[in-house]
Amino acid sequence: MSELLTKSAARNIFYGGSAFFFAIFIGLVAHTHYYARTTSTDESRLTASVINGKHIWEKHACINCHTILGEGAYFAPELGNVWLRYDGDKDPKSAREALKAWMINQPTGIEGRRQMPKFVFTDKELDDLISFLEWSSTIKTNNWPPNKAG
Amino acid sequence: MKYQTQAIAKWYWIAALALFAVQVLAGLVAGYIYVQPNFLSELLPFNIVRMLHSNALIVWLLLGFFGAAYYIIPEESEHEIHSPAIAYFQLILLLVGTLGAVVTYIFNLFPGNPIFGMQGREFLEQPLWVKLGIIVAALAFLYNVTLTVLAGRKTAITNILLLGLWGIAVFFLFSLYNPGNLVLDKVYWWWVVHLWVEGVWELVMASVLAFIMLKLTGVDREVIEKWLYVIVATALFSGVLGTGHHYYWIGAPYYWTWIGSIFSSLEVIPFFAMVLFTFMMVWKGKRNHPNKAALLWALGCSTLAFFGAGVWGFMHTLHPVNYYSHGTQVTAAHGHLAFFGAYVSLNLAIMTYAFPHIFGVKPYNQVLNMVSFWLLSGAMAFMTFVLTFAGAVQTHLQRVMGMSYMEVQDQLALFYWMRLGAGLAVVIGALLFIYAILGPKKEATGLEGAALQPAE
Repeated sequence: MSELLTKSAARNIFYGGSAFFFAIFIGLVAHTHYYARTTSTDESRLTASVINGKHIWEKHACINCHTILGEGAYFAPELGNVWLRYDGDKDPKSAREALKAWMINQPTGIEGRRQMPKFVFTDKELDDLISFLEWSSTIKTNNWPPNKAG
Repeated sequence: MKYQTQAIAKWYWIAALALFAVQVLAGLVAGYIYVQPNFLSELLPFNIVRMLHSNALIVWLLLGFFGAAYYIIPEESEHEIHSPAIAYFQLILLLVGTLGAVVTYIFNLFPGNPIFGMQGREFLEQPLWVKLGIIVAALAFLYNVTLTVLAGRKTAITNILLLGLWGIAVFFLFSLYNPGNLVLDKVYWWWVVHLWVEGVWELVMASVLAFIMLKLTGVDREVIEKWLYVIVATALFSGVLGTGHHYYWIGAPYYWTWIGSIFSSLEVIPFFAMVLFTFMMVWKGKRNHPNKAALLWALGCSTLAFFGAGVWGFMHTLHPVNYYSHGTQVTAAHGHLAFFGAYVSLNLAIMTYAFPHIFGVKPYNQVLNMVSFWLLSGAMAFMTFVLTFAGAVQTHLQRVMGMSYMEVQDQLALFYWMRLGAGLAVVIGALLFIYAILGPKKEATGLEGAALQPAE
């Protein structure tokens, strides 16, 4: 490497530059935090039921098969927009019933088809979980996914 | 081995290799479930198998890093590790935590319990008590190695290694923050995941590679350390704001599509710099080191990291592309080669270099070790190619044509079968590597635990 750059200059550029970029990053994430709470999500609808639904989603490790907003495992369908796929925005009552019926009937046991584990949910837990999926479908995601297939 | 306490690395690496075996076996089972979905579906569902696969990987890579630190720091600092007792206490703590996490996943112990139950955020599934144990272990580790470095000679290699390890511990603290708002959850989840693998882990990678180059090629330290600073500067300048490529579609502001696209495109630079660095050092170096397998792994590491992390990452990082490919098998393809190239190969390189010194034998089982390199690398490349094809087909059918997820998956069966074959080769390669490293050895140098000169 050229003699123009000494080791101590390289070191100073590394420390100074990293601090500079990290400071910008923190500033932008602070704004992103504010944006997430005020613009991209509706916190007035972030009820105790939705938050409890999120914990149910977590403690059953759903994300290790499904994706939500494109993140997770790629073994089962995207669920960020599952509420819209079930037309929950048009007929919330039917969508809720259909999703419940789907979940309590797992696993299907059909040969050669991917199996969802058997989860034992109370009716309230099912409601909370679906409320979480419903709330997630309202996040402003820069219009991702491209279509209903998720 | 010049310093007695370098031998601490031995047990860290043996534990790491055991978990490496667990990781690839869990991967093989997961790959089999993809083609035979009824397999184990009631006993050990896919989500549990996948947790074992990804968590075993993370823990063994970290154990490998800790081992590398314990091996490198005494030699660089010219000072014994402050306290071997703390180092072994840290290892036991990590192993108890790992075992606890595994048992909790498999038997679903304490479901829903906030302290003992699994937490189920991707990669951060460890129960809270395990997370706290990891933090205690990290603090013990940092205390131990920082005191060692402060008491001894300070080099650029130890500076960067230490900065990377401190960063790992600091960013892990964000795993404790789990807000109810999914968007905020994701924003800070990436502070652990991205700022680890595309940030501070790269500092560890570059400093360990620099140490290996210093030993294997004999190039002047001044030259190597200047390269090291340039590499890590480009890594953090691009990687920190490159976090933006995870903020495109999760409810973060639109400006991230630009910032993420620009800076994450630049993330290829440090990986390319590491290729230039390793090949130039070998080309310039005059030392003819007998450990050819370590050299192969080190060059393989920078090359495969460049393709897996750099090229495959760039392929889908621009936001107009990522809009369609996000969360498909394209991501899986990139993830597999990136982790293998950058971090698995790095660990196997330093182990291949250091184990002969620890055991006090001449570089041993070189042919077996090199065969395992080609088998593992070839199989991982093949796996990456078939997953990339699967991802391209999936992206088109699902994201462009709007076909439903399960219908699309049926179209990908051929690729999943080929991935399974590659996975089997990976398992064989991993077992071969472990045998080459830990199996029978000949040609003792009679220098176990003593100075090994002149070739080091």
